[in-house]
Amino acid sequence: MTTFDTIHDDVIASGRGQRTGRRLSLPLLMRRLPPGLVLSWLVLGIAFLWAVAPWLFTSYNPLEGVGGEQLRRPDAGHLLGTDALGRDLYARIVYGAVHSLAGAFVAVALGLVIGIGLGVVAGSVRRRLDDAIMRLVDVLLSIPPLLLSLSVIILLGFGTVNAAIAVGLTSVAGFARLARSEVVRVRRSDYVEAAFGSGGTFSAVLWRHVLPNSLTSVLGIAALQFGSAVLQISTLGFLGYGAPPPTPEWGLLIAEGRNYISTAWWLTTAPGVVVVLVVLAANRVSQSFGKVAA
Amino acid sequence: MSGYLLNRLGQALFVLWAAFTISFVLLQAMPGDAILIKFQNPELGLNPQQIANIRASYAADSAIWVQYVQTIGRFSTGNFGYSVQAGVPVSTMLAAHLPATLKLASLGFVLAAVLAVAIAFVSSLTPFAWLRGALQSVPSLFISIPTFWLGIMLIQIFSFRLKLVPVINPGPWQELILPVVTLAVPISAPLAQVLVRNIDDVLTRPFVAVARAKGATRHWVLWRHVAKNALLPTLTIAGVLFGELIAGAVVTETVFGLNGIGGLTERAVGSQDAAVLQAIVVLSALAFVVINLIVDLLFPVLDPRLRTKAGATA
Repeated sequence: MTTFDTIHDDVIASGRGQRTGRRLSLPLLMRRLPPGLVLSWLVLGIAFLWAVAPWLFTSYNPLEGVGGEQLRRPDAGHLLGTDALGRDLYARIVYGAVHSLAGAFVAVALGLVIGIGLGVVAGSVRRRLDDAIMRLVDVLLSIPPLLLSLSVIILLGFGTVNAAIAVGLTSVAGFARLARSEVVRVRRSDYVEAAFGSGGTFSAVLWRHVLPNSLTSVLGIAALQFGSAVLQISTLGFLGYGAPPPTPEWGLLIAEGRNYISTAWWLTTAPGVVVVLVVLAANRVSQSFGKVAA
Repeated sequence: MSGYLLNRLGQALFVLWAAFTISFVLLQAMPGDAILIKFQNPELGLNPQQIANIRASYAADSAIWVQYVQTIGRFSTGNFGYSVQAGVPVSTMLAAHLPATLKLASLGFVLAAVLAVAIAFVSSLTPFAWLRGALQSVPSLFISIPTFWLGIMLIQIFSFRLKLVPVINPGPWQELILPVVTLAVPISAPLAQVLVRNIDDVLTRPFVAVARAKGATRHWVLWRHVAKNALLPTLTIAGVLFGELIAGAVVTETVFGLNGIGGLTERAVGSQDAAVLQAIVVLSALAFVVINLIVDLLFPVLDPRLRTKAGATA
């Protein structure tokens, strides 16, 4: 048996191992996954379901209060207590998920599309445009993110969508840098050279080879940015620049609870814990996408 | 070396100019007209002629490029114009609010550095794996906590539950305790992450193995050989930390009702005071650029390995 055969056997064996690995029963698979990661996906899944179908999780109305039920402590009837107007806090958090998560989703999508677009163009074309785009990115990075989003807010006005746009623009620079470095890295690889050599056009090679190979790190960064966007949107909501008051947006819930800080601790505590859990989960998931560019 | 210096200075000036231009375009393109909002109020009883005079005094009706050239001229001499809402020069407002923020920011930064160094070094020295794991997950927890919520929780726990820090009429230092902790937490997180990564990185270097082979203890190696090498690269995230500091200051000052630049920023956005916000944006871009310039120029001074190559490669 030659060395080559040994290696070959190893490859086949590991291939087999993988194949049998895929046929593992669900409980076995669960045991192999890190529990933190499973928990994180679970948190994100529940938050997503809250956003999509909030009525499945609570029978209370998030906007209309019940007389005589004001500022109830958390108990069996009201899991997280009620606020000053007698509205169930758990229901408000569940119905608020759509505002916080959709906002973060729009923000990440915006940053992703503009950032990746700029980065891919910068990484693909010749010097002049590349330099111009990367200088623009430097400038965007030189303005503290919160101030950049506040400038956008003052320009567009308050509101959920405007807050999402403002937060999204702060992530453009990061996405652009990542996309550019990925494109430059992949472009130098042999298989891209080969694809060009066998007559591939530029856009075809970009679509067929460069983008798929950059996807993991882009997804990792996108998950990270999602967590950060949830944080930033709740901050803007807290400052009063996001959704207007009756909306149960998470940052706004905390801001409203602030007035009852000495009497009703649950009003600020519960929505904050939910934000922390969602952000932690998003960060943990982003780590699992492999090495995220620092 | 001087060529490198000129190049870096030119880059810094360009970034500053572009940041000014972007903020000018963003904020001057505002649909709301701050002057009309304030002076058209019928209670003031101003006739159209007087409003026109006021507009002329702010040069609000000249062509946009004239305003641009005038504004850039004023900014470069340190004149940031007038706040229409407050009716006082922006530079006066900034000067009045700066001391509170400087005190908060410097204390917060020191506490953040202490926290980060403690997390990084204790986690690397401890013989217990569970403690290391717990300490190393602290930064990712810190980074996930909304700063405003942390401030509110601290007030709730320490002022209302435990009654350790008075809410009403606190002393000049007492009133800073909770804000400084609030500000330090989000700043310490990226610092600790970078430190932990650097220490792990340096510990794999051959000189550490040599020192250990010679019989040095873990503590000695960490302080004598690793600390210096691990602390230096943290300078590179100074700019990121500055951004965290600004965001933290805005939120912390709003939560605790402190009268600093952060609170000023929050009120400027609330009242659509573009002049104040633009001055703050340009000044923080200036601070960011200067910090990064200092870091770049300081590196060859602090790290002897870079000294010979600095002019050629950096």
